[in-house]
Amino acid sequence: MIKLDNVSKKFGTGTALTDVTFSVDKGEFIFLVGPSGSGKTTLFRLLTKEMTPTSGTIHIGEWNIGNLAKKHIPHLRKSIGVIFQDLKLLKDRTILENILLPLEVANADESNSKKKIDEILEQVGILEHKHKFPIQLSGGELQRAAIARALAFSPEIILADEPTGNLDSTTSWEIVKLLQDINKTGTTIIMATHNTEIVNSLMKRVVVLEKGRLVDDQKSKAPIEETQS
Amino acid sequence: MKSVKTSWKQIRRTPYQALTAVFVMILTFLSISVFSFIVFGSSIVIDYFESKPQVTAFFKDEARPEEIAQLQTNLKQTGKISNTRFVSKKEALEIYKEQNKNDPLLLDLVTEDILPASLEISTQKIDDLASVSDALKGSPIVAEVIYQKDIVSTLSKWTNAVRIIGTSVIIVLALVSIFIMMMVIGFKVSQKRDEIEIMKLLSATNWYIRWPFMLEGIFYGTVGTLIGWLIASAGLLYATPYLQTFLKGIPLLPASPVFLLGVLASELIIAIGLGVIASYFAVLRYLK
Repeated sequence: MIKLDNVSKKFGTGTALTDVTFSVDKGEFIFLVGPSGSGKTTLFRLLTKEMTPTSGTIHIGEWNIGNLAKKHIPHLRKSIGVIFQDLKLLKDRTILENILLPLEVANADESNSKKKIDEILEQVGILEHKHKFPIQLSGGELQRAAIARALAFSPEIILADEPTGNLDSTTSWEIVKLLQDINKTGTTIIMATHNTEIVNSLMKRVVVLEKGRLVDDQKSKAPIEETQS
Repeated sequence: MKSVKTSWKQIRRTPYQALTAVFVMILTFLSISVFSFIVFGSSIVIDYFESKPQVTAFFKDEARPEEIAQLQTNLKQTGKISNTRFVSKKEALEIYKEQNKNDPLLLDLVTEDILPASLEISTQKIDDLASVSDALKGSPIVAEVIYQKDIVSTLSKWTNAVRIIGTSVIIVLALVSIFIMMMVIGFKVSQKRDEIEIMKLLSATNWYIRWPFMLEGIFYGTVGTLIGWLIASAGLLYATPYLQTFLKGIPLLPASPVFLLGVLASELIIAIGLGVIASYFAVLRYLK
């Protein structure tokens, strides 16, 4: 489903990623682990074609991301739901409007879209907050709203960038549980995190990045050491 | 439809910026309308003078009909004349009465005896006007020769000057309009930078982001054009009675509605162009 082959990304004199090679199968749930600056967010930005790799190739399904024409980028992004580290919810729009945004952008039928969004909000457990503005919601509820928006297109892949970063332990587990439920419907999930407790408890595949290099790909599900944030 | 809604919301939320943009567009299109009226009007005035007898010879009272007929024959024999028309004293009085029918005082003062008989002459080529005029001046029965070449050439010079000045003013105003609209729309785009970034990450195409801003530019251009054109047209209609007195006999006014609507249609095309160009460039750097 996703295949990275010797992917490197340089910024001026600095290097964010060096020769990263791994692949992810359809329906997999993997953790992307590593300290701050290890290249996790860069990897996500390469997968969504926010930037282009300096060298190496990235394939997502049939798409060769490196050669993807500009006009196809919106199609790629419809197939990938992203939960951003900073959530990227618009403060002057209600939760419903925020989650409708991807469907609006895709020119989807409004009444069908609203029906779909209600189902998603029900799924993530914030249906009663749909007419509230982001400022009126707690951290966990905002995270659920971000997940709901990522689900709007029913994507095949979800990239979750530190979805539990600013949450307490209980709420973090609720979010992970939600992602697991989504994964059970066949959606591939790559979750970047520092939270070793969650990583070790879930016993899923763990890809470890350090200083831009892939240092470990633990399909054996052995517990990992805590990473520094 | 979504873009129209978004665009209208953007305009309503920043009414003062919208007013500034519309005001600049009104100035631009008011100028374009006024200069259009002047340039088209003066072209018609020139055509009128060019189509009229270009040399008029007024005869002395003692000139006899056979002398006048001889002069006419002599002129025709030169081969330079395309048309001549003799206006007798009686006809001159009729013309005078027609021109001053609303002023009884002027009509009372003038009789047939005061007005001279005249010969209106058109030449084949404008270059022949001078020699025909000289020939007429040399005739003993001619009292005065009016030679309209000077009027036409002076009018042409004025029209050209108006055209050059008008075009320059319009170009400057159009550029100012583009820059001000770019500033207004650019400011709004920069306020929505985060939203644009998020929309792009959520698979929005560049055109989806660009359209509301383009429609906003088109809105400013269209509203500015309509108001500018209305002011100029109302001014022209208001001034029509005065101008008609001044341009007596020239079939220029009242201006035809087809002409006025033609000016409006051309201006709308220009306005939409300006709006599109300004907003396109205002958004461009945020879409790279």
